[in-house]
This record gives sequence, C-alpha cells and structure tokens, in this order.
Amino acid sequence: MSSDGETKYVIFKLNEEYYGVPIDNVLSIEKVVETTRIPNAPDYINGVINLRGEVIPIVSLKTKLGMEEDSINKNSRVIVLTENEIVVGLVVDSSSEVLEIDKENIDKPPTAEDNQYIEYINGIGKVSGRLIILLNLGKILEH
Amino acid sequence: MDLDLNQYINLFVEEAKEHLQNMNEALLELEKDKDNVSLINELFRVAHTLKGMSGTMGFVNMANLTHEMENVLEGIRSHEIELSETVIDIIFECFDVLDDSVNQIAENGKESSEEHDALIEKLRTVLRGNNATEVKENNNRVNDIFLNEYVLNIAKEAKIKGLNIFNIKIELSPKCMLKSARAFIIFNTLESIGDIIYSNPSVEDIEDEKFDFNFSLVFISEIHEEKLRDELNSISEIDKIHISVLEDIETAKVGQDLVKEAENLKKDIEELAVSRSKNSTSTRDSRIGKTVRVDIDRLDNLMNLVSELIIIKTRMDDLSDISNKENMIEAIEYLERITTSLHDAVMKVRMVPIERVFNRFPRMVRDLSKELNKEIDLQMYGEDTEVDRTVIDEIGDPLIHIVRNSIDHGIETPENRINQGKPKEGTVILKAYPDGNNVVIEVVDDGKGIDIEGVKRKAIEKEIITDQEAEILSEEEIKTLLFQPGFSTSEEISDVSGRGVGLDVVKSKIESINGSIEIDSETDIGTKFIIRIPLTLAIIQALLVKLKDEIYAIPLSSITEITSVTKDSIRNIQGQDIMLYRGKTIPMVRLHRLMGLEFSNTDDEYLVVVVRKGEKQAALLVDSLIGQQEIVIKPLGKYLSNIKYLSGATILGNGNVSLILDVNSII
Repeated sequence: MSSDGETKYVIFKLNEEYYGVPIDNVLSIEKVVETTRIPNAPDYINGVINLRGEVIPIVSLKTKLGMEEDSINKNSRVIVLTENEIVVGLVVDSSSEVLEIDKENIDKPPTAEDNQYIEYINGIGKVSGRLIILLNLGKILEH
Repeated sequence: MDLDLNQYINLFVEEAKEHLQNMNEALLELEKDKDNVSLINELFRVAHTLKGMSGTMGFVNMANLTHEMENVLEGIRSHEIELSETVIDIIFECFDVLDDSVNQIAENGKESSEEHDALIEKLRTVLRGNNATEVKENNNRVNDIFLNEYVLNIAKEAKIKGLNIFNIKIELSPKCMLKSARAFIIFNTLESIGDIIYSNPSVEDIEDEKFDFNFSLVFISEIHEEKLRDELNSISEIDKIHISVLEDIETAKVGQDLVKEAENLKKDIEELAVSRSKNSTSTRDSRIGKTVRVDIDRLDNLMNLVSELIIIKTRMDDLSDISNKENMIEAIEYLERITTSLHDAVMKVRMVPIERVFNRFPRMVRDLSKELNKEIDLQMYGEDTEVDRTVIDEIGDPLIHIVRNSIDHGIETPENRINQGKPKEGTVILKAYPDGNNVVIEVVDDGKGIDIEGVKRKAIEKEIITDQEAEILSEEEIKTLLFQPGFSTSEEISDVSGRGVGLDVVKSKIESINGSIEIDSETDIGTKFIIRIPLTLAIIQALLVKLKDEIYAIPLSSITEITSVTKDSIRNIQGQDIMLYRGKTIPMVRLHRLMGLEFSNTDDEYLVVVVRKGEKQAALLVDSLIGQQEIVIKPLGKYLSNIKYLSGATILGNGNVSLILDVNSII
C-alpha cells in the first residue's frame, strides 16, 4: 500500500472497456495456455492449468460478467490473482499497464436498476479522462 | 503491550506440546515408581518451564495453574506432601487441562477464558493438607496468591519468638531518578535491623526497575513501629510510608490490603487481555499452520541435492549449443537420478515418527483400565516408524477407537480371566512397522475374541442381514459385518465405546486416506486389527484411463480388477445399469455421463474398471487404458472444492493436468 490513499491497480481490457484489480492481489500475468476441462463445473470456469507445478483454476471473466466469450487471441492474458486464500487465473483480452488511482478519484458504482452484475464492481476510477471499472474480487470469486 | 506475540504462538504451541508430552511420560512412570525423585524433578522442571512460557505469552490461566502445580510438586519434592493416588490423579487432571488449553491456543491463537478455579482449589487443598496448623480458608486463599507457604511459616515462627511483623508499603517520589538504587538503600536499611521475608514485586523485579513507584514488604524485626518509621524517614525520595503491624497472621488485615492489590492487578491483567484479544481479532485468520520438526541432517541432504541440481543445470546450459546427443543423454540420466533422490529427501522431511500418535495411549489405557476395573498391560513397538505428517493427523482418531474397543469389548474382567486360566492382566499390543510403500499398524489384544454368534444375532436384529444370509455367511464375512454402519455389539451403551458410531466410521476414515483395515480374531485367544496406511498421501499409484480425449487418474488402491463386458450382458434395472461380476451383480457407472461427455463407443465389448469402497463395488466404464503410473496429487484448491467426483489433480509427464477421480463419491 502506498501512502496518500493511492492504490496501484493492474489494468486490463474486456471488449472496449478498461478494468482494474488491486496490484496487491495479483500474483502474475501469464499467456493463455490450454486448459483441462473440469466436468460439472459452472460455465465460467474454463478449466485448470499447470502453472509452474501448481494446478490453478481459470475463470472466464467475460462469462462471469455476463458478456459473450469470444475467441482467445494472441493478446489474451491470464491474470493470476489471490483473494481470501483462493488462487485463480482470470482470462482477459489484454493487459499492459499498472496505474495509481487516488481514493478521491474513485466514484461509487452506478446504482443502475437491477443489474445483477453491479455487485461485482467496487467503483469507477478516473485517470486522466479514462474510466476504469474496479472489480470486487471477493464477489467475483464467489460461486 | 504493543509487542505482537502472535508470531511466537506457533513456537509456543510446539514447545508446550513437547513439554506436556514429557510431563505425561513422567507422570505415568511416577505412578509406577512413586519414590523416583528424578521424575518429580522432571515434572517440576516442566511445570516451571510451562509457567514461564505461558506467562510470557500472557496466557494467564495457564500460568496460574502451572504455578499452583509447581507449589504442590515442590511440596512433594521436599517430602512435605505425600504422593498419594489422589495427588497423582489431580496432577493428571492438571495435565488434561493444560493439554486442552494448548490445543485451544493452537486453534484460536488465544487462551480460553476458563480459569480452572476448581482445579486450583484442589491443588491448594493438597498443599493445605500438609500444613500442621489450620489456616482460615479465606485468609489463606488471599495470602496464597502473594504469600506462599514458606513466608507464612516464617511469619508464624517469628510470631512465636515474639518478633514484630510489619506490612510495609512504600511509595517513592515520582521525581526519583534511580528507583532501583533507592529501593536498594531501603532494603539495605531494613536488612540491617531485621529480615525482609517477602517483597512485592519481587526483589529481582525491583532490581530490574520492573515496578512503578511503590512496593510492599513483609518485614520481621525486634524493633518497634516508631523506630522503624524513623529509620525509613531518614531515607530521601520517599513519598509515602505505610506501616502496619501484623498482629495475627491469620487475621484478614494483611489479606484485605492484598486483596485490593490483587483486584487491581486482576483488573490490569483483564485490561491487558482485552487489548490483546482486540489485537488478535484482527489477526484471527492467522490460524496455526501445520509444522514439522526436521532433523538438520535431512535438510543438509536436501541442500546438497539442490546444489547438484544447479550443477547439472549449468552443465546442460553448456551442452545446449553443441548437438552432442550422447552427452545430453548422460546429463539427463544424471538429472533423473538427482530428482529421484530429491523426491526421497523431501518425502523424508515430511515424515514424523508414529510416536506422535502412540504417545497418547499409555495415558488413555491407564484411565480406561481404572474406569472399567480391568488390568491392562499396554505394549508398544515400532514407535519410531515414520509416516507422512498428513497421515499422522488422520490416523489418531481411528486408532483410539480401536484401542478403546479392544479394552472395552475385548479384554475380560480380571475375575473372568482368572476363571479361564488366563493371566489376570490383559495385554494390548500396539505395533507399527513399514511394509513397502505402506505402514502397517496392528492392535492386538488377548481378550475373548469376536463372538461370531453374537455378531450374527445383532446383524439380524439390526436388519443388516437376513436369517438365510446368516446361515450361509462364512466367519470371515461375518467379521466384516462389524464395519457396517450402525453396528455395535456392546449390549449396553457404555461411556467407553459403543456410542453407535462404530467401526464403520473407523473404516471410512482409514479408507479416506487410501488405507485398509482387516480384522482377525479367535475365540478366547484374542482379536487383531490390522491397519494398512500409505506412507504418504502426496504420491499414489494410479491407473490412467481415457474418456474420449480426456485423461483421468483412478487411485490403484481402490481398483480390484480391470475387465471387459459385452454390451448384451449389461442390464438396465430401473434406470441403473447392472452387470454380472464374479457371480455378483454390481452397478455399472457410465463415466462419460458423469463427466458430461458423449459416449460414442460402438464396439460390442466395453472396458470396465472394477472399483470398491468398503464392501461396495462398481464398474466404471472407460474408453481405453493408458497405464499405471506414480502420480503426485495436487489439490484443486478452495475455489473448486465443491466440484463433484474429483479428489484432486495431477500433472502428467507432458505438463498437462489430469484429474483424479474420487471413487468414494462415484460409488
């Protein structure tokens, strides 16, 4: 944690929108590799991979957030993160930067009329005109 | 207190357990050999160490209890207290409470709020019991906190000699720069005219300036109060002096002062405890992890192997640009050797002697034999047999159950034994030894054996078998009925065993760690339980099978046979596929359906893997077999913990992940 209420976020893209997760939660960013399917698992779980000797579940963030999962391309990345003793990899379209976002520049999530996905959002960060959706990892990793 | 003690809890628990184990052993020895001074010394030393440790960690209740224990043990050591059966029982009780406390600390990171008052009172009664003069209950209780028996005795003696006993409270001036030096002057002055027999805080603490500005003393002298006051007044930097003469040690006067002090102290301690519990709530998640104590030689060995790995890595780096195949093969062979040794070495690090499970039995058997009025000689062999740490944790409860069973149901009462011409004392043998990749644990008793007819009757009564079945079942088969759920042969439910949860629980527990249990018994000769558990849970033998293009692993320990079945011989009864296997009908599980795959085998003959869970069997239909292989089990992790039919994953030679089928949940 840095001082002055600033937190660093790892920024990534899903479709054309930017998303962020706190860098403290991120373990590594990996290229997408083939997964082993887990039978009887929810649809947003793509499967598991072997990450340097550990078996890590891979979650399709798009499916989890109710978007259509399109084909994985060479820019696709897996963000391996940890929250509350859970370790998972999230598949995202691309990831390239880390930004510091001041607490003051984070707005509350919009209180849209019954959007079931709104609970996955912690807030909207504003950095030099860009809007970054900050995810609530705790909620996202609930089944 | 700002110091964060949480980081030391691990260490505390580990050490406390070790000390408690020593205490347990010494106690059991002592019971047989009451005059053994070195055992009492050992107990005293352990109590003392525990007191210090728990005090430092702020586990007040534990510290208080061990303090009282120490007093009693001191009394025994100086032959003031007779070491009777009751005293040993009380010390055993203390041990139990301490053991519980440590377990509680291990679990929650903090002490339970229970104060063990009743037990402390028992210890005090023991102490009082040897005290020739009757001391008033209340008063003694108060004094006991601060004035120990020794001080009281001296005070009494002084009284008899006509000396004056003073209770002096001194408050130093807040401006006093060198508190301990000033206190030293006061002590010196007093010692020149009499004897200080008690000081609170202790002299050591005062020397170390571990006190505020006041302290109190009990002082014996010939001189009178005024003279004493004059002497003290001549010392500078003292704010207040409060002197009271102790007319009668038995009166509560001194007690009341001390009570107040005690109350203040208690309040302080409570405040401390509250602030600490606040602290600890923030770190509540930091449960105590599992630890293993490792012999340094093993670590050295590991270290060596790792350095060899580094050497081979550089060697391979050099090789990579030259395409000398022969050298490469040689290097790979070398690498293979290292990884095998490395694997062995790491496994060894995880191993702990089975003693950790066995060491609780002497005490348990002692208590049980008292409770049941049976005489039992427990013999243990092979305590140093090593098992993986994870296995150790799982095997404890089942073993306790079996040993209880042997003593409760197996061993007869002394009278019955004599009538049968057996020695009065029953024998229970606990034996462990390695056998290949397994460890075998045997529990043998020389009791009455399994009552085959009784088991039959019970099984019919409980509708586990029918009358007709009872006729045709072999003795072996009847013995296995003992492992059926809800089976308990004890006529009445005793406190010891037979609470309805029986051997079936034992069996499923052992099977959950890929172990097995057998029973061997002969009427009037005895019963023998044979438990086989794998050396480790991390690596198992498995059969790799293919379903479409997915590879799954089935633990070899649950496979009975691989066979084929013709399409026509599969019957479907009420939605359940059934096949005939060795004269028995067993359910057939279409794994494809379970795993959400399409079944597209058009052959006339299917390949099935027959698996078992206890007595239940099932045939798993697979597409093809890949082969048997040693696999390293990787957990699927918390996120996937709810997924059905899988018990873990493993990484195959090519780096791909393969899932391990959980046979127990499939059947």
